[in-house]
Amino acid sequence: MNGAVMIDTAIHLLLLLLFPPLLLGVINKTKAFFAGRTGAPLLQPYHDIVKLFRKDVVLSSSTTWIFRAGPVISLATMLLAGLLVPLGRFEAPISFAGDFILFAYLFALGRFFTTTAALDTGSAFEGMGASREVTFSFLSEPAFFFALLVLAKEAGSLDLNAMLHGPEGGVRASSLAPMVLVALGLFIVLLAETCRIPVDDPNTHLELTMVHEAMALDHSGPLFGTILYSSAVKLFILGSVLLHVVAPFGTGRPLIDWPLFCAELAALAAAIGVLESVMARLRMRRVPYLLTGALLCCGAGFTLLVR
Amino acid sequence: MISSFVLVGASAAALSGVPGLFLPRTSPLGQRIATLLMEVAALLGTIGAASVLAGSGGFAVELPWPAASGATLGIDALGAFFLVPIFLMGGLGSIYGLGYWPQGRNPRSARRLQLFWGLLTAGMALLVVARQAFSFLLGWETMALSAFFLITTEDDREECRTAGWIYLIATHIGTLLLFGFFALWRRTTGSFALQPVAAGTLGSGAMSLLFFLALVAFGLKAGIMPLHFWLPGAHANAPSHVSAMLSGVMLKMGIYGLLRFLSLVPDSPASWGGLILALGAVSGLFGVVFAIAQHDVKRLLAYHSVENIGIILMGLGLALLGRARGQSSLLVLGLAGALLHVWNHGLFKPLLFFGAGSVLRRTGTRQLDRLGGLAKLMPWTAALFLAGAVAICGLPPLNGFVSELLVYLGAARPLVDAASGAPAAVLAVPVLAMIGALAVACFVKVYGAVFLGSARSLLPPGRPGEQGESPASMIGPMLALAALCAFIGVAPSAIVPALEAAIASWSPAGAATSPGLLGLAPLREVGLASAALVALVAIIVAATRRLGRSGARVGTWDCGYARPTSRMQYTASSFGQPIAGMFAWVLRPRLHRPRVEGVFPGAATLESHVDDATLDRVIVPVSNLIARRFGWFRRFQQGLVQSYVLYILIAVIALLCTLVPFGDIWAAVFAR
Repeated sequence: MNGAVMIDTAIHLLLLLLFPPLLLGVINKTKAFFAGRTGAPLLQPYHDIVKLFRKDVVLSSSTTWIFRAGPVISLATMLLAGLLVPLGRFEAPISFAGDFILFAYLFALGRFFTTTAALDTGSAFEGMGASREVTFSFLSEPAFFFALLVLAKEAGSLDLNAMLHGPEGGVRASSLAPMVLVALGLFIVLLAETCRIPVDDPNTHLELTMVHEAMALDHSGPLFGTILYSSAVKLFILGSVLLHVVAPFGTGRPLIDWPLFCAELAALAAAIGVLESVMARLRMRRVPYLLTGALLCCGAGFTLLVR
Repeated sequence: MISSFVLVGASAAALSGVPGLFLPRTSPLGQRIATLLMEVAALLGTIGAASVLAGSGGFAVELPWPAASGATLGIDALGAFFLVPIFLMGGLGSIYGLGYWPQGRNPRSARRLQLFWGLLTAGMALLVVARQAFSFLLGWETMALSAFFLITTEDDREECRTAGWIYLIATHIGTLLLFGFFALWRRTTGSFALQPVAAGTLGSGAMSLLFFLALVAFGLKAGIMPLHFWLPGAHANAPSHVSAMLSGVMLKMGIYGLLRFLSLVPDSPASWGGLILALGAVSGLFGVVFAIAQHDVKRLLAYHSVENIGIILMGLGLALLGRARGQSSLLVLGLAGALLHVWNHGLFKPLLFFGAGSVLRRTGTRQLDRLGGLAKLMPWTAALFLAGAVAICGLPPLNGFVSELLVYLGAARPLVDAASGAPAAVLAVPVLAMIGALAVACFVKVYGAVFLGSARSLLPPGRPGEQGESPASMIGPMLALAALCAFIGVAPSAIVPALEAAIASWSPAGAATSPGLLGLAPLREVGLASAALVALVAIIVAATRRLGRSGARVGTWDCGYARPTSRMQYTASSFGQPIAGMFAWVLRPRLHRPRVEGVFPGAATLESHVDDATLDRVIVPVSNLIARRFGWFRRFQQGLVQSYVLYILIAVIALLCTLVPFGDIWAAVFAR
């Protein structure tokens, strides 16, 4: 491993560990701007997480070790998935043919433990949130796989690095239409997986309408901090996957490409903030239609490509 | 030769229940002898099978029995691969039975259960080593009939008898088709021996007919989606270790039969592969959809067997496509996925059924909506069931992920290898993804409803000394199965030699031209990634160990409800309702809802039920129709012995008439 790769890997790790909460800050700042408020400082999520880690934990008397394992395992899956995904023009630290399947299944493992931890409290609200989470995921997961298949077909490889970096010399003109469809589908999947409007409202105050927040109602202190942090990491990972499709730019010079990647990611967060400001949350019964739309987008993209 | 240990093991298994028959009903000695013999059988059989998989030669013996007219037995790597789960489960299930179905508590049924348990194991072993139609059918029927007696162990319950009869009818339809299959095989190949036929010797019509007969006969046993109708009832009503054996091992005998037949016809057309792939996708998807709608934990697990058989068939379909198109990489990936899933399902499904058995033994109910909060009462069962649930969902770092990964890679192969020419097979990838996500939904529901939260109904007090966890004889086998799941998950490259040996014995030509499994699938990397995941969890646990230590215990916050009760929890039915609602077009749930009238309505009940797609909606109505239309035939069935004797007499006279030379008589009469 030569020096340049080692430095890139180190930057990858640092960004993966430290950058994600900033995205939440950018989203909140954008929303505050649209609402005509000053809003919390950009670095507020870091303060929140640090404060939560210093707090004590209150546990429900009906819970078992699963309740504590949920946040821990979902953070571990997110960090491992973060090592599989290439950031910007750089290579991912871990990469092998077929790693995209591991990548997707790590998300599923995280979901398994988040939802079981929610059910561990025996609360109706958390059960409701868990039920919605698994329901939405059974539509978003095939959509995600369809999108990855399009990228694999285009790149002629089953390796996440090659798939996301695209073929040599850029995407063919004939595959532009599938790429647009995939970008749209991936964006909806990103919103659903990271529980943003229009699928879920992270700031909602009515438990009956919550998805992700409902599952974390009983988590407190460091456990809740872990959940907050891993959802930021999830946004970071899925955002960098999406950036490969919508903004495959690069100069080949690391000194420019790393800041460029961070700026792109921040811009994506700002775009999500804009979307959250101008849209209302969909009614819960309508969300499956949106996700089916994402599935159809990605499926249609795939059909266009292999036809 | 070490491989002939298999025969010794099978004989020991067949005889294991016999000593118990001569001992008193209540004496625990017979069960101990049976278990000991089963362990000996398991050890010998596994060693024998492992030696064949490791590359030592097999054996070939002729049964010294004229009635079977030269029935030969032999073993190859494909057979050895299927023998491993047979003997493993035979041994582990018998230990589990010591705690779950002790002789002392079940004097009426335990001796019978042990006898047929051994016979079932031996029958399956015989079936796998058979090299000729008669010995194959002998093994097949031993297995089928032993399974019938095992399913009807609790024959004092009507539900159990019904399930047994349905199973018996289904299995005998399969046997009848197998008779037809072997008769046709004899007619087209000239012998009853199960030897590969050279390409082009069978006509396409005969090949198609053979394939159809094999697909339906073996598909009935394996539980492919429209033919799965016997399976939920049988698995739900059998004792739990029997369910584990049926689901984990006996269903695979259908897969084995199909694989064996396909290995004998090396020039199968690509359309067979496409058909099996499509059947696999249907079984996989609708198996898990029906599972989500179940309220009974063992019926739910049974539908998951249909799902897993679907995944195995998808791998097999890819392998057939690869063989027909001369694409050895597709062949190796698909078949490796199918074979490894046979082993994996033989590990995690028994683990789950053992767990369900522990729960049933303690609580006396299989209804998900009456359970809850058992993780505190039975911590070992809960942790081991969780391992099984993670494994069956195909999640890393356990074994289910490895076999699903192989099927995924096979299905995605045409994307990167334009020559493989099966672009439609790629659609298996999103189908598998949907199956995986639905399986996660289903097992989160089961695990949450059974083990988490708080109990939804009052637990029975339990016998003295049995208020908590199950005995070690039940936990031990579960621990062994979970350890094997973890081993295959973290070190998948360790079993590559066994897989490659079985693939080479299935298709020597295909295996010879492929770059090897490790060259096609990133099994080493997956093993390392799984280990990394475990390490990462350990690091995070160690790093956060000191945080929030006091862990004050209060009631569930539940948004400020002061006194949440266990009846306010989300139930399993409501958890699965959104998905069941989206699939209502195939599930067609029947809902009996109360009519709420007046200002103060009285107590009301709500009931929902999902009928089986084949049994309740096709077979039962059609059978009823036939019974009505043929009502007139009943007048021949009077119950009078005299009239039956008359029928026999008429039949004998009719048969004798065939000997009378009517032609000669005719000629003689008219010659005059």
